[in-house]
Amino acid sequence: MDGINFGRRLLRVFRSDGSYAALFLIPSVAGVTLFFFLPFGIGFYYSLVDTPIDGKLVGIRNYIDLLSNNSFKRALWNSFLFTALCVPINMMLSLLLAGLLNGKVYGQRWFRLSFISPLVIPVASVVLIWQIFFERNGTLNGWLEAWGMEPVDWMDSESAMFIVILIYIWKNVGYNMLLFLAGLQNIPEHLYEAARIDGAGRWGQWRSITIVYLTPTTFFVFVMSIINSFKVFRETYMLAGPYPHQSLYMLQHFMNNMFQQLDYQKMTSAAFLMASTIVLMVLVLFTVERRFNRWL
Amino acid sequence: MKSGGIMLRGKFGSKLYKGVLTAFLALLVVVFVFPIVMTTIHSFKTPSEIKSEMKPIIKSSDEEEQNNQQSIGEENKYVQLKLIPSKATLNAYYDILLAQPQFLMLFWNSMRLTAPIVAGQVILSVLAAYAFSQLRFRLREPLFFAYIVVMLMPFQVTLVPNYIMANSLGLLNSEWSIILPGMFNAFGVFLMRQFMQVVPYSYIEAARMDGAGHLRILLTIVLPMCRSGIAALAVLAFIDNWNMVEQPLIFLKDAIKQPLSVYLAYISEDDIGLAFAASVIYMLPAILLMLHAEKELVEGVQLSGVKG
Repeated sequence: MDGINFGRRLLRVFRSDGSYAALFLIPSVAGVTLFFFLPFGIGFYYSLVDTPIDGKLVGIRNYIDLLSNNSFKRALWNSFLFTALCVPINMMLSLLLAGLLNGKVYGQRWFRLSFISPLVIPVASVVLIWQIFFERNGTLNGWLEAWGMEPVDWMDSESAMFIVILIYIWKNVGYNMLLFLAGLQNIPEHLYEAARIDGAGRWGQWRSITIVYLTPTTFFVFVMSIINSFKVFRETYMLAGPYPHQSLYMLQHFMNNMFQQLDYQKMTSAAFLMASTIVLMVLVLFTVERRFNRWL
Repeated sequence: MKSGGIMLRGKFGSKLYKGVLTAFLALLVVVFVFPIVMTTIHSFKTPSEIKSEMKPIIKSSDEEEQNNQQSIGEENKYVQLKLIPSKATLNAYYDILLAQPQFLMLFWNSMRLTAPIVAGQVILSVLAAYAFSQLRFRLREPLFFAYIVVMLMPFQVTLVPNYIMANSLGLLNSEWSIILPGMFNAFGVFLMRQFMQVVPYSYIEAARMDGAGHLRILLTIVLPMCRSGIAALAVLAFIDNWNMVEQPLIFLKDAIKQPLSVYLAYISEDDIGLAFAASVIYMLPAILLMLHAEKELVEGVQLSGVKG
């Protein structure tokens, strides 16, 4: 008797979940739809028509135009190059820092705090110092000349890319370091003990335990590093304005300038291409990761 | 004998290792806090000292002055950031806080944009995350995936459509064109779900058996267990939005409505003497928050990396 009642009540609980879920989700879903899903759909439509108001469908012509546009090609290449350079550097440095800070280190908390402080500092507060430092007549060149080296026009030459990579690393290393630290702390200590008993050295332990157990974290850090590499635009823009040296002209500059020039077709096509690439990349990475986890 | 020797060497080796390690980390720390420390030091210099220090890089439109600059001696050709102010004063702070109220107004603008976003994001995220983590419904997985996709998009991807949306809702040049999209940030939902997944489903089930409604379960069981999650989200949301630059530039036309971040990014030469003090005041809330809620901040970042 009681059992049947219990079963019925249980059934009711599960059955009602859907409608309650709707109640809890409506505010958020409505807003996200209004400000993200819907605009994104509109944007996709714009990328298929010749003009935003009363335009006719032109299929993929905007995309063909875009792909033959020289500043788009440059922006695409620069964005790719930037991501390909800064993500591995960032991951290696943050893994190194996490490894160093994982054990007992004197002043550990303050080290950790220093490395995550760029994460919280508003860029606007420090951009002035960066500018002064890397200007043609800035501090860095002053030092270089004092040491008898040739001054470099940092922001107005090919080296501008390195400056922005430096700033990206400065900003993002702390975030990745925290993720790696969490990953390292989640590795059961007894695994290392067992390996030591089996006679594994430091390198052996690192290779057979740490790397394997850190792989899921590494996947996530990889994805986040790429995503964050797209967000470096803010720093670049404040440092060098809307038309920086050509080695720094990235997809976001292109989109931003297309927006300023009211060329919505080019901009939305570029945006849609970028979004598709991101989604595709994330899907591929997560599939690979799932495979890997199953293998593990 | 032999083993003692090895131990000694090991001890010495590990001491050496520790020393090198600490030195290396300390060196990195210097690089990392360099901009922050330099900004702070400069905020105590007098505005005129800063102006004279910056002379080599201030672009003057005046031809004659430019020629003059080139004829100045070698030591003035480059900006030299001096570590110690020739005269430490609070003049710049006095100017900003008391003499020139427009700075405080810009600061207040920043607050007016950030506070509602943080509050709204916390409330909306808590509600949505409860559904995603504790309720079973049909579209759960695809909908959540859609949220993750939204979370990953760079700002520029949705810029045009967002602009058109704000325009058709009549929100352009109003704070709401920034506050509303900010409140619906998908990251908050993602983060709160990570925290709420820790709450065992059996707790919810038991409370349901006792006849508690979902809202009551959320308020009396889930929320108290996720207190640090809410703190983490609030801190991260504050930091993220306090830092905003692109949105106000595009959505707010009136200079008077801009947050301090935009002003600082485009500071004029006349105000350069005050820029550092304004910068320090601007980063102060973020730094205080980091020091105060360090644990929650770290936990929030780390939990965003744990897959659910």
